[in-house]
Amino acid sequence: MRHGKYRFIIGFLAIPLALYGTLVISPFVQDFQISLTDWTGLTPDKHYIGFDNYRKIIHDHLFWQSLWHNVLLLLIVPIVTLAFGLFFAFMLNVGGRRKGSASVAGVRGSGFYKIVFFFPQVLSVTVIAILWQQIYNPDPEEGVLNVILKDVGLGSLTQSWLGDPKLALACIMAVMVWANVGFYVVLFSAGMSSIPTEIYEAALLDGAKRFTTFFKVTLPLLSDTVATGWVYMGIIAMDAFAFVQLMSVNNGGPNEKTDVVPLLLYKTAFRDNSQYGLAAAMGVAMLVVTLLFAVLTLRLSRRERIEF
Amino acid sequence: MTTETIDEVPGSAPRKPGSPAASATGWKWRRSEGGVLNAFSHAFLVIWALMVGLPLLWALWSSFKSSGDILSHPMSFPTHFKFDNWSHAWTKAHMGRYFVNTIIVVGFSTAGTMLFGSMAAYVLARFEFPLNRLIYFLFVGGMAFPVVMVLVPLFFVTTNLGIINTLPGLILVYIAYSLPFTVFFMTSFFRTLPTSVAEAALVDGASHTRTFFQIMVPMARPGIISIGIFNVLGQWNQYLLPLVLNQGDTSKWVLTQGLADLAVQQGYQGDWGGLFAGLSIAMLPVLAVYIVFQRQVQAGLTAGALK
Repeated sequence: MRHGKYRFIIGFLAIPLALYGTLVISPFVQDFQISLTDWTGLTPDKHYIGFDNYRKIIHDHLFWQSLWHNVLLLLIVPIVTLAFGLFFAFMLNVGGRRKGSASVAGVRGSGFYKIVFFFPQVLSVTVIAILWQQIYNPDPEEGVLNVILKDVGLGSLTQSWLGDPKLALACIMAVMVWANVGFYVVLFSAGMSSIPTEIYEAALLDGAKRFTTFFKVTLPLLSDTVATGWVYMGIIAMDAFAFVQLMSVNNGGPNEKTDVVPLLLYKTAFRDNSQYGLAAAMGVAMLVVTLLFAVLTLRLSRRERIEF
Repeated sequence: MTTETIDEVPGSAPRKPGSPAASATGWKWRRSEGGVLNAFSHAFLVIWALMVGLPLLWALWSSFKSSGDILSHPMSFPTHFKFDNWSHAWTKAHMGRYFVNTIIVVGFSTAGTMLFGSMAAYVLARFEFPLNRLIYFLFVGGMAFPVVMVLVPLFFVTTNLGIINTLPGLILVYIAYSLPFTVFFMTSFFRTLPTSVAEAALVDGASHTRTFFQIMVPMARPGIISIGIFNVLGQWNQYLLPLVLNQGDTSKWVLTQGLADLAVQQGYQGDWGGLFAGLSIAMLPVLAVYIVFQRQVQAGLTAGALK
């Protein structure tokens, strides 16, 4: 029994580790190596050029603009999504008419709402992006959103949506929020229903109104779940590749006003003359930004915990 | 995990109207607050439910309309049902083939992920050996970095291995990139299971391997189902990896690639009905499975965040 232990451990770890080592760790290490070369894929040989690719990135206006778009996504999308998620979860769980003895009550049909709100979460980003691309159809007569606006008498608001450089990124953000709110409603509902009713009763006895209850009872008790949700949402916002690639005009357009770093990396490597070295350097830059985000989030959430 | 709402939780102490805390007027005020808030919350909830549900229904009913009808009356219901769209999308736009490819890829890769992920997680959770911590952090560290970062080297690793543009290659890549979260979750799950049953099996002469498959895997079923659902959905919806690693032969494409291509092609050909039929083909099976297993799906997808 004893001497079989190591054979068993090796037997069980061999395949997972081999797969993981070849397809995840080795590319990860190679990325740093490729980022130091001028490799374009056209020639089999690559030359080490030191940090030239990084220098190129630092002076590239397009890279900074794309990174700025990522930062905007990282700040706005999680805030709006989590706010909607919390609001709806609170409405579902505590917003209902109190029935006789119950001190807090969910609205009727909360199960139904949760099922519907969660729909986008099970659909692929591809489906969502293409569907909304159709809804945002810029034509004033054929585009659904424009037709709806006209029908309700807001014809002056009709836009070319994704075709407008000022609006395009906001339109994509709105879809990202639309796609993710349901997840947080379900997540926060689960968190809220685990808060003991006695706490709500105590707050009620002290004369707290519902909005006070929300900010002084529910939110502090959920702060851990909210912080986790923030990290998850941040990772989605940091990527945004599929949303932008599928929805935007000309892959990041109009005028590169929706371009994000992952899409820029993809275009650099697989569209524009295969500048692999440069794309790899962008990958390293992305890693740095992601780690920075993770460290900052952890710092901030720790400070929050002391406050409460 | 429970998704019960609070009003379903029994045992809250009965409270009479006009209890010491609330004066008569205070009670009346609070009751009206309840009413207003109730109407208010229902209004917002209904609006959001419509905002989520209507676009999906719109895609479905547009899939039965002719392309001209879709453009001239984007909002109207179909006057006569045009089932051609569906058969066109299924055969001419090859959505049928992409559908089958996706099922093959996701089927094998989820099974592989769960098998290899649980095996590694079990060993890491239950056995002490040198390098245990190092291997664990190697796996878990994979959750922190974005896949897009390694796109270039991954492209060449799969090219050199000769698995680029093949379904088995895609399956292996999916498994490898699903391992970090699966190992992370399953390791903590195996740690929560009692050790006594496995010890009894070992004393009775079962091998470690047999103990794992016949004792531990059945005990870990709830965790395996949760993370299995998580992986099925994640891999079914994967877009970036096939886009880069499976861009060759269209006969090997998966659904997400086919849809993205359909959106571009139908734009040129003006076959909007076909596009909406394609969207519906990709949408309906997942929604159907979700509605049937909604509790498990919600639990599976939120499990990671609650852990």
